[in-house]
Amino acid sequence: MSPKNRLLVSVALVCAWLLIVVGVCGWVVWVDLSPDEREALVPIISPRGALLGAMLVMAMAVSAIVLRDLHRRYVAVPARLAEDGRTLLKAEPTRRLTADGNAETCAFVDIINTLADQRQSLQDDVEIRVADARRSVEEEKNRLGALMSELTQSVVVCNLDGRILLYNNRARLQFRAMSDAPGAAGGGELIGLGRSIYAVMDRHLIAHALENIQHRLRKSVAQPVTNFVTTTRAGQLLRVQMAPVLGVAPAEGAARPVSGFILMLDNITRTIENEARRDEILHTLTEGNRASLANVRAAAEMLDFPDLDDELRTRFRGVIRDEVKAMSDRLDHSASAFADSLKARWQLEDMLGADLVAAAQRRIESRLSLRTKIEDVDEALWVKVDSFSLLQAVTYLASRLSDEFEIRELRFRLAPAGRLVHLDLIWSGQAMSTETVMNWELEPMRFAGENSPLTVRDVIERHDGEMWLEREKVKHRAFFRLVLPSAAPQEEVTSEVYLKGDSRPEYYDFDLFSWSESSHEHDDQLLSELAYTVFDTETTGLNPSQGDEIIQIGATRILNGKLLQGDGFEQLVDPKRSLPPESTKIHGITPEMLVGQPDIVKVLPALHAFASDTVLVAHNAAFDMRFLQLKEEVTGLKFDHPVLDTLLLSAIIHPNQDSHRLEAIAERFGVTVIGRHTAMGDAIVTAEVFLKMIPLLAEKGVRTLGEAREAAQKTYYARLKY
Amino acid sequence: MTQSKKILIADDEPNIVISLEFLMKREGFQVSVAGDGEEAIAKIRSESPDLVLLDVMMPKKSGFDVCQEVKGDPALSATRILMLTAKGRDTEMAKGLALGADAYMTKPFSTKDLVDQVKQLLGSDA
Repeated sequence: MSPKNRLLVSVALVCAWLLIVVGVCGWVVWVDLSPDEREALVPIISPRGALLGAMLVMAMAVSAIVLRDLHRRYVAVPARLAEDGRTLLKAEPTRRLTADGNAETCAFVDIINTLADQRQSLQDDVEIRVADARRSVEEEKNRLGALMSELTQSVVVCNLDGRILLYNNRARLQFRAMSDAPGAAGGGELIGLGRSIYAVMDRHLIAHALENIQHRLRKSVAQPVTNFVTTTRAGQLLRVQMAPVLGVAPAEGAARPVSGFILMLDNITRTIENEARRDEILHTLTEGNRASLANVRAAAEMLDFPDLDDELRTRFRGVIRDEVKAMSDRLDHSASAFADSLKARWQLEDMLGADLVAAAQRRIESRLSLRTKIEDVDEALWVKVDSFSLLQAVTYLASRLSDEFEIRELRFRLAPAGRLVHLDLIWSGQAMSTETVMNWELEPMRFAGENSPLTVRDVIERHDGEMWLEREKVKHRAFFRLVLPSAAPQEEVTSEVYLKGDSRPEYYDFDLFSWSESSHEHDDQLLSELAYTVFDTETTGLNPSQGDEIIQIGATRILNGKLLQGDGFEQLVDPKRSLPPESTKIHGITPEMLVGQPDIVKVLPALHAFASDTVLVAHNAAFDMRFLQLKEEVTGLKFDHPVLDTLLLSAIIHPNQDSHRLEAIAERFGVTVIGRHTAMGDAIVTAEVFLKMIPLLAEKGVRTLGEAREAAQKTYYARLKY
Repeated sequence: MTQSKKILIADDEPNIVISLEFLMKREGFQVSVAGDGEEAIAKIRSESPDLVLLDVMMPKKSGFDVCQEVKGDPALSATRILMLTAKGRDTEMAKGLALGADAYMTKPFSTKDLVDQVKQLLGSDA
C-alpha cells in the first residue's frame, strides 16, 4: 500500500473512531437516562444538533491535520529517504541524502551520508588499484608479446589437455608450412587458441615427454626440460624442447604441480642437406686416411728390418712417398671443401625408439601398402638418429623387398646391444642372395615417388652405424640388422643455480588451465563455456539432393565467450558444375572466381580439422549440414559434431516474432550486418547473434548444450526438413 | 710355430700387400695374394689357407661378403679370418665378428701386433 493510501486509510479510521466514540457515549448516556430526563433533554439537544455535528466534523478535521503531520514526519520522510538510500546503494554512489524531518531522522541521515562517503573513497581506491594492476598486466603482456614475436623459435604453450593457450607468429608460420590443407586455413586448422596440439603431434610422444619431466622434477634436476625429435604427419622433422608450466602449490612448501607445458619447436628438415656434406668431408678426412696411414706405417716398420734387400728397400720408400702425397692431396681437398660447409652441422637427435618404429610403420603402410607388425620393441630405448633419412632408408628397403621378393609382411624388432641399438627388419619367404640384397644399399633411394640422392649406406654412415643381412634358417626368415647409436640418458646436472619455480615470471593467468575438468561431457557443459565453430556456406542453389553444390565456406570460432578475430576459415570451392546466373545475384560469386579453386573433397578435411572438438553453429543449420552430410561418402569425413541452429534458438527466445531470418534477428539484437551473403560475413553475424543469445537463453532456463538441443527440437521450426 | 702354415692376403692395395707379404714370409709362412673379393674366395677354395688377412673394402666382393660366404660353407669354415679395415668404428667391428671373423684389426696397426695376432690365431688352432 502506498504511503498516500495509508494516510487516507488512517484518516478514515480516525474519523470512524471519533464517530464511534461519540455515538457510544451518546447511546450510554441515553440508556442511563430515566424517561423524564429523556423528555427534558430532547428539547435541549435537538435545536443544537447542527452545532454538535459541526464540532464533530471539526474534531475530525483537527485529527486529520495532526495525522497528516505525523505521517509526513514519520512515514513520508523515511520512505523518501529509503528510496534515495536505495538509489545511493544500487545506482548512484555519489548521491547524498538531504536532512529532513525531526532531529533524530536528521542525525540518522548524517550517519548514512558519512558511511556513503567512506564507501565512495574505498571504491575509488579499489578502482585505482585495479587500474594500476591492469596497466602492469598489460605492460607485461606487451613485453611478453614483443619477446615472443622476436623469438626465432616457435613457441606454443599448452595446458595438460594439450589445448593451445598461447603461440607466437613464428609457430603459426611453421604450422602453415606443415599444413597440407589448401590455402584456406593456412595452418589455422592446426594452431589456434584452444585447439589441440595432438592434431600435429603424437599424443603418446607428449605423454612420454611429460613423464620425463615429472621424473626430473621429482629428482630436482636443474632444468626439468626434455628434448625430442618427431616427424609430423606431413613428413616434416621437428626438434622439440619441452618445459613444464608449474601451477600453484597446494600447500606451503609442497611441490608445485605441472599444469601445462611449453613447446619450443624447430623445423630441422631443411638443414639436412648441408649437414650431410660436412659429414662427408669429415668422413673422408678420418676414414680415408686410415688406409694410407696403415700403408705408411707398415712400410716404415719393414724398413727397420736389417735383412732387407736394396730392391725391397727402394719399393718400401716408394710406398711411403706415394701414400704421404695421397694424404696431403686429400687434406688439401678436404680443407677447401670444408670451408664452405663449416657452418652446416649434422646433428643426430634423440628419439624414442618405439616412436621411430611407429613412424616407420605408418610410412611403410601408407606408401607401400605393405603390412607391418611389431615383433619385439624395447619401449625404454632411445636412439640417436636422423629420423627423416633413416625412415626414408627403412621405407626404401621395404619397397625393394616388397617389389622384388613380394614379401607380405615386415616385422620390426628393436633391442639394446651395449651402447648400440639393433633395429631389425624381419621378413620370411624365399631365399635371396646376400649380394643382391646388399647391393640395394649402394643405390640411390628411389621409390614410391621419392627420389633421394642418398643411398642406404650414406644414411647408415651418417649414423655412424652398420647394416647387414642375417638369416634365421630355422624360422625361414631373414632380417636386415641396422645398428644405430643409442641415446645416452640426457645429462642431469644438479646445479647450484637451481631455479626455483618462483623465479620464473608469471605473465598470464590463463583461464584455460582450468578447462580440463569441464571439457569432457559436452551435453552437461554450459553454453557459455563451450568452443564453437560458427560457419556458413554459399551454394549454387537450394537443393543439395538435386545436385546443388557448395561454392564458398566461411567459418569463425568462439572460445570462452569471445569471437576470435583473425582465426577464420574462408575458402572458395570449385563446385565441378555450372553456376546458375540467378545465384550470382545473391552471393556475388562469378564462375571466373571459382577457376583454379580446390574442390570440396580437398576443402572439407581442412574444415573438419578446423572444427574439431567444437560445437557447430549455423543459421538454418539443417541446410548447411545437409550439404556436408551428402559429401560424407566421398570424403570419408563425418561431421558428427554437436550442432546448434541460431534460427531455432531465436524461436526459443522470441516465440512471438514473425521472422527469424538472420537479418531480422541481427536487427533485434542490434548487431551490425556487414558483408551479408558472403560466407564469412554471414558466419560472423551469426556468431555475434549467437553470443547475444547465450544470456537470453539462460533466462529461459536453457543453460547447457543438452538443454539447448532439447529446446530447439521442440520449436515449430524444427519440423522443417530439407 | 708350425712353419708350413699358409696365409692368404686379400687386399686391393698393392702398397699394403707388399709390406704384409714381406712380413708374413719373413715369419716363415707360405703367402699368396688376392686382389679382390672374388679372387679371394677362389683362392680360399683352391689353396685352403690356414688364415686369411682380409681387407673389408675390396672391389667385386667386400671383405664382409667373403667372410660370410666362407663361414657359411662347412668345408671352409675352419679357415681363420683376420679382418683388416680402415673403418675404425665398433659398429663395423661388431658386424665383422657377427659374420664370423676370428679377429679384427683397425688400420693403421702395428706390424708387430699383427704378427702376434696371426701367431695367436694359428697357435690356438695347432
